[in-house]
Amino acid sequence: MKYRLSHLEELESESIYVIREAFAQFENPCILFSGGKDSIVVTHLAVKAFAPAKIPFPLMHIDTGHNFQETLDFRDNLVKKMGARLVVGYVQDSIDQGRVAEETGPNASRNRAQSVTLLDTIEANKFDAALGGARRDEEKARAKERFFSHRDEFGQWNPKHQRPELWNLFNGKKQIGEHFRVFPISNWTELDIWQYILKENIELPSLYFAHQRDCVKRGDIILSYSPLLTLRPGEHVEEMFIRFRTLGDLTISGAIASTATTLEEVIMEVAIADQAERGNRADDQGSESSMEDRKREGYF
Amino acid sequence: MVNYYHSSDLLRFTTAGSVDVGKSTLIGRLLYDSKSIFDDQLKALENTSQRKGLDHVDLSLLTDGLKDEREQGITIDVAYRYFSTPKRKFIVADTPGHIQYTRNMVTGASTANMALILIDARKGVIEQTKRHSFIASLLQIPHVLVCVNKMDLVDYSQQVFDDIVNAYRDFASKLDIKDFHFIPISALNGDNVVNRSENMGWYQGGTLLYTLESVEVSNDHNHLDARFPVQTVIRPHGTEQHDFRGYAGRLASGILRVGDEITVLPSGLSSKVKAIYNPDKCIETAFAPQSLTIELEDDIDVSRGDMIARKNNRPEVGHDIDAMICWLGNNPTQAGAKYTIRHTSNESKAMVKELVYKIDIQTLPRLENESVLNTNDIARIKLRTTTPILYDSYRRNRVTGSFILIEEGTNDTVAAGMII
Repeated sequence: MKYRLSHLEELESESIYVIREAFAQFENPCILFSGGKDSIVVTHLAVKAFAPAKIPFPLMHIDTGHNFQETLDFRDNLVKKMGARLVVGYVQDSIDQGRVAEETGPNASRNRAQSVTLLDTIEANKFDAALGGARRDEEKARAKERFFSHRDEFGQWNPKHQRPELWNLFNGKKQIGEHFRVFPISNWTELDIWQYILKENIELPSLYFAHQRDCVKRGDIILSYSPLLTLRPGEHVEEMFIRFRTLGDLTISGAIASTATTLEEVIMEVAIADQAERGNRADDQGSESSMEDRKREGYF
Repeated sequence: MVNYYHSSDLLRFTTAGSVDVGKSTLIGRLLYDSKSIFDDQLKALENTSQRKGLDHVDLSLLTDGLKDEREQGITIDVAYRYFSTPKRKFIVADTPGHIQYTRNMVTGASTANMALILIDARKGVIEQTKRHSFIASLLQIPHVLVCVNKMDLVDYSQQVFDDIVNAYRDFASKLDIKDFHFIPISALNGDNVVNRSENMGWYQGGTLLYTLESVEVSNDHNHLDARFPVQTVIRPHGTEQHDFRGYAGRLASGILRVGDEITVLPSGLSSKVKAIYNPDKCIETAFAPQSLTIELEDDIDVSRGDMIARKNNRPEVGHDIDAMICWLGNNPTQAGAKYTIRHTSNESKAMVKELVYKIDIQTLPRLENESVLNTNDIARIKLRTTTPILYDSYRRNRVTGSFILIEEGTNDTVAAGMII
């Protein structure tokens, strides 16, 4: 017998170790659930980590008010199936309370505003750790993230003063008011995620598979048409066959033209893709350090 | 045809090299030649290279993650990179060559199966090469791959390469490294990185990528000593599995089978393995580094920080530990200082009893009669802990032989320790 793990088995084992460590080291952790494939995989891993007991974390969702209905339906369904607790923070509440101003202009989105709601929801629920589905291969600022990532009392990330992370010994010590972000799937790539979804037969929102949808072409980006989108001169709504590679808000998630309706077909597309996963996320296009700037402010 | 399950294995390696040895270029080259860079990333790279007035695409720009790094043209922190080939998936811990090099390299080395050490063909084995190799040896990285880079600048000379290999072997004989490889490359031109060089017909060995793909890593785990540090206890509250009591953890080393006679430490209570779940499916045999849940035959007291081992193969148990440490903290330390120690899933208080000697990693001699440790210092110390630690020597077991020290007050991780 060869005592050897495949890369997916080794990644799974590492992630489960991290999730259990978060459970053991923190008093009140939650899972940051966006409804995207990465947070779905983290949730799946957390269920496995504590089987046959119930998943010991509530799911926290930041509702920007600009969500895909499919994502919300999927979320509610999953929570019901798992018997987990759902905590929702509403960006609209933050706007109504004057905590954050609604962006205006043609590129307005609620992407940045959700950092405020996220931090407020963490504070209101006294969460001391939030497990997220960020991966280091996604973006260059994320490449420098730790598994256990410290946030100061203002919820901010200080990339220049991170604790060294050695072996698999995680240091989750903190002062009152500080919290941690924990990233169990740090070492997974986009392709690993898809292969694992296939291997484990994990259910996903239908948005990830090719379907017919009313879309608008804006520059190089294909956006889903909705009342939230103001058409610019020269733009028009057209019916297209698309799928989403990442899921964020309706207003910023770029779709790709695709005919991949099964997991196998999606994996085939991912394996030969020549564009980066977040390449059509409007929120990453602001500048070279968009992600780093938002992360410093508390963004996920 | 795409292999959907893609059941390749995983190699984690760390890269080290002094400033300007071409490390970022090499990683950029590996990512580029293995087609791990997307078109849009490449386009962004071309734009930035042009803005900087370069006439070629600067692949090293790929690895600068933070704003300050791009502005200052340096790498501050360890960055992780990913690429894969049909044979293997690779995780690269890319550690900066200058600022805080020891701290960062120790971090990158702690999880690596292989160290990739870069030497500038024009300069040969220099102080930094020795430092990096010493850290690779100290951290017990099983495989070391020495790349002699910039061969294009020495006319691809075999003599230059052979001289460097000999000089390195001389030096490395004092170290504790099991497996070496030497490859002459030019990262800039791609010679022997992914594609075989046409300029060095005299070199018969494999390319860098071939070597990365073919080094045997499954034996790097200790499969002899079963060590299962308990992370947490799983007790479902539903009536269905009311009697279920599972111990969750990641097998640090060795093999465990259903029916094995085990001892729980530090209590010393014995039982048998009743069932193993990986992590939710029943299995008969488990091996490191699987994450498991284990049920025992007897209802004995087991909690986080305890360790399950075979009855006749147990770890050391003790309060007094001899260790090599790398000091990472900003505040210095000396005998008498107290910290929190984190070792496997265990946590305790620890006091530095004695600073035995410091190692000058430029020249390797032991410096005795030193009383203070500063950032990036490497030393042998004696520690005393308040509760017993269940350990093996780091040389035998990288998981049960390693620990970190945490400073009270700042909560910073201030030391990486390897038990002797």
